[in-house]
Amino acid sequence: MNKIEEQKLQEEFLKIQKSADFYGLDCFKTIFHVVDFETLHELAAYGGFPSRYPHYRWAVEYEKLNKQYRHGLMKIYEMVINTDPCHAYLLLANLPIDMKIVAAHVLGHNDFFKNNYCFGHTNRKMLDEIANHCARIECHISKHGQDKVEEFITQVFSLENLIDIHSPYIKRYGEPVKTEGGDDEEIIEIPTLKGPRRYLDRYLNPEEWKKEMKEIIEKKKEEEKEKKIGMKIPEEPERDILLFLLLNAPLQEWERDILSIIREEVYYFAPQGQTKIMNEGWATYWHSKIMSGGEDYQKDEPAPLATDPEIIDYAIHHSGTVASHGYLNPYKLGLAIWKDIEARWNKGKFGEEWEECLKKGGYEDRKKYDKKIGKGREKMFEVRKMHNDIAFLSEFLTDEMIAKQNLFHFQKYGDFYVIDSFKANKIKKQVLFQLTNFGDPIIKIEDANYKKQGELYLKHYWEGISLDLRWAKEVLLKSLALIWKRPVNIETVITEEKDLPAPKTHPEKPPEFPGFPEKIKGEVMILRCTPPGKDGKYDYNEKKNGEIVETKAII
Amino acid sequence: MKGKIKKDEQRLQKILKEKGKEKLKEQIKKGELIAKKGKNIISVPVPEIEIPRFRHGGPRVKGGIGQGKGDEQIGQPIGFDPQEGEGPGAGDQPGEHILETGFTYEEIAKLMSELFGLPFLEPRGKETIRQEKIKYTGIYVVGPESLRHRKRTYKQTLKRELSGLSLPEDFSEEEYEEAMSALLDNPDRQVPLPPDKRYRSWKIKEEPEANAVIIYEMDVSGSMGDEQKKRARNLSNLFHIYIMGQPRYVKVQERWIIHDAVAREVDEETFFNTRESGGTVISSAYKLARDIIVKEYPLENWNIYCLHFSDGDNWSHGDNEICVEILEKELFPRINLFCYDQIHSPYGSGAFLGILDKAFPNNLKIRTFYDDGGEENYILALQKFLKPEGGK
Repeated sequence: MNKIEEQKLQEEFLKIQKSADFYGLDCFKTIFHVVDFETLHELAAYGGFPSRYPHYRWAVEYEKLNKQYRHGLMKIYEMVINTDPCHAYLLLANLPIDMKIVAAHVLGHNDFFKNNYCFGHTNRKMLDEIANHCARIECHISKHGQDKVEEFITQVFSLENLIDIHSPYIKRYGEPVKTEGGDDEEIIEIPTLKGPRRYLDRYLNPEEWKKEMKEIIEKKKEEEKEKKIGMKIPEEPERDILLFLLLNAPLQEWERDILSIIREEVYYFAPQGQTKIMNEGWATYWHSKIMSGGEDYQKDEPAPLATDPEIIDYAIHHSGTVASHGYLNPYKLGLAIWKDIEARWNKGKFGEEWEECLKKGGYEDRKKYDKKIGKGREKMFEVRKMHNDIAFLSEFLTDEMIAKQNLFHFQKYGDFYVIDSFKANKIKKQVLFQLTNFGDPIIKIEDANYKKQGELYLKHYWEGISLDLRWAKEVLLKSLALIWKRPVNIETVITEEKDLPAPKTHPEKPPEFPGFPEKIKGEVMILRCTPPGKDGKYDYNEKKNGEIVETKAII
Repeated sequence: MKGKIKKDEQRLQKILKEKGKEKLKEQIKKGELIAKKGKNIISVPVPEIEIPRFRHGGPRVKGGIGQGKGDEQIGQPIGFDPQEGEGPGAGDQPGEHILETGFTYEEIAKLMSELFGLPFLEPRGKETIRQEKIKYTGIYVVGPESLRHRKRTYKQTLKRELSGLSLPEDFSEEEYEEAMSALLDNPDRQVPLPPDKRYRSWKIKEEPEANAVIIYEMDVSGSMGDEQKKRARNLSNLFHIYIMGQPRYVKVQERWIIHDAVAREVDEETFFNTRESGGTVISSAYKLARDIIVKEYPLENWNIYCLHFSDGDNWSHGDNEICVEILEKELFPRINLFCYDQIHSPYGSGAFLGILDKAFPNNLKIRTFYDDGGEENYILALQKFLKPEGGK
């Protein structure tokens, strides 16, 4: 790109920014970088941060992106990160019109990052923070060797979905506190009365009373300690397993540091996953508004930025973004819901009256319903602040929307994945289930002193879908047992369900796709893994390492 | 900023190689290495690079949500792979991305020698076999036009023109005119003038170089069935890769001889796929091998390895004696190693192995192996053939 082109682009960016300001988007300052595809893929592999710590995992991602790009299966137009100022990386090969769309899209994301509550707790100086992490880990590498450090990082990666995504908003624990020094050195403070003069002190707080008080307090502390000995650790089941390990696992200082680094980054990236549909929909809504004016373009709004000769290219790009390829397209679904919110609140299609109309009114009534209250945009901004994907979909994914968006439910029958239902409640349930905890199983630490032998006891909060046992075993054996250095157990439910068979063909009747029954029978079982001994070898005498050791109950 | 990923990629390659070694080991043991023709790299898929985590599994997880165009019907297969994990709602199971890593023959040979204690082969007469090698190493300002280095010449031209179009002074009149007319014809282009021209220069390097030839012989009489041929093929594959991977051998050639009552030379495809009914006269193959060696592979330039597959059934006692005689008098002085692999067959008498063992009890030039179909026999055979003490 030469200087004239660059200058032109900067001018366009300014125009886009102006337009966004008019609509009330509230953005961090945006810095655009135009980069070639290799650099963009590299950045994408690193999660958007150029100075990530070294690990082979990024290279796996990079190879995947490169391979897909080479085969024309995928093209990344832009990459934007949640920092202040916000950095956006645009693909050099984009057409000028693509650049403009993508820049407008980026501003949508930028506004979302800044204002959505999910991102409230994230560190906006993450670029520096991640560079610091890299420096710290490189320091550990030079001290302990790359193999050792990389192995530990890989172990922690296995556990990275064991966090409590809600914890940043609740502050149950506060930030991890360093627990150094023993309890013995603790100074016991005695509550004293404060007098106006120091010489009065021995009258107000006589020595004997002080002694008495000290004894009482010490006794109380001892009692508490005794109580604690019998108590469970943790007191309540703990979902933030990374934090629990950080505080309690027998780790070396450098290992603890790495664990804290990875945990911090996981919490930083989590909101992106929590708001994928909303965020993409929001950005798509705004790029379409800024570039083309949208369907309800008003005369006082700034002129659409796609010029007449560009409008076809714009349309191609936009329809590519919201195309249906069969899988759930977050851009398409998100955009549709945002538009629906705008239309509904413009027409006043909410509240009691509307509910009643939905129940009693006919199709015409519903279609004509218009209170002309014009609160659409206002509602949108409110929703963008207060919701995450789960709340967004459970509130605004109406039955009508499910039908309009052609959502379907599929299931594997025999060897094929086939569409088996268009039922709204089934679809909604499935969508929400897949979004809950990022579709991962919910696992908590129940007891860190299981059998009074310092064994870790995890529990899978089973909700009808089983755990992938092969992977669970891998995680326990290759990661958790090594970190905890004592046997680890996980309680889960194992069912004997099998894949649904292919439906029988019948010359007259259409095939049936019944789906799974609501109720399942299963057995609560415990899987146990023992870490290797001091010589680094697993204890093969214990035959059941990584196997089910006991059945607790049948449900 | 750019290129930081290269380090991680190297790391990944290292890890893939480590993981691939395990798989390679398995493949070698089973004799399943398949070499692609013309390439001396064998690629090994490494599936288990993904980092495990707790995730959902079981049959119920094989369902999800899709978004169609509106003309979908119940029972219609979905048009995408839910394991690809596109978007948040498309199935819970991430697909397994299989990565590949390549091993050169040299690496494989090294691995084999590490794992199974096989030695690196020493070529004979290495002192005498020296090869003059031309290596293009430097850049000269004079030279033949055919060796002109275009990139360097162009660079030089560009440099000169950018620095202000000054023509060198020591031009002859003729040269000057030629240059000027070239410049006037192409005012916008860079025209290389004689002083800009750069040429490749070379050095002659003497390198010890050894060549090897492998002569495969196989009995294709009726008693050698498909199973026997498969085993022969697998072993010869391993043998071939091992010889090819020897760092001392620059060139490795292969020749194939099949025989029943008469012997003839064939190509590789025919070698493994021919089946003929008829008797077996082993000496016919040995004679043909001898003729080829005498004619085409002079002793001082070639290291010769013979590999003979048979079920051990020979036509007559008299022929056995002829075989022993040819081996001892004519082949052994010429070749490095003669390997005889007898493959168990339900039809053959299997007597030939005993005859060879009896005739050459302590001769290290001939190694014999009896393959009864066991799983690790390929490795045992190679060990017997290639280890210096020959397993005797």
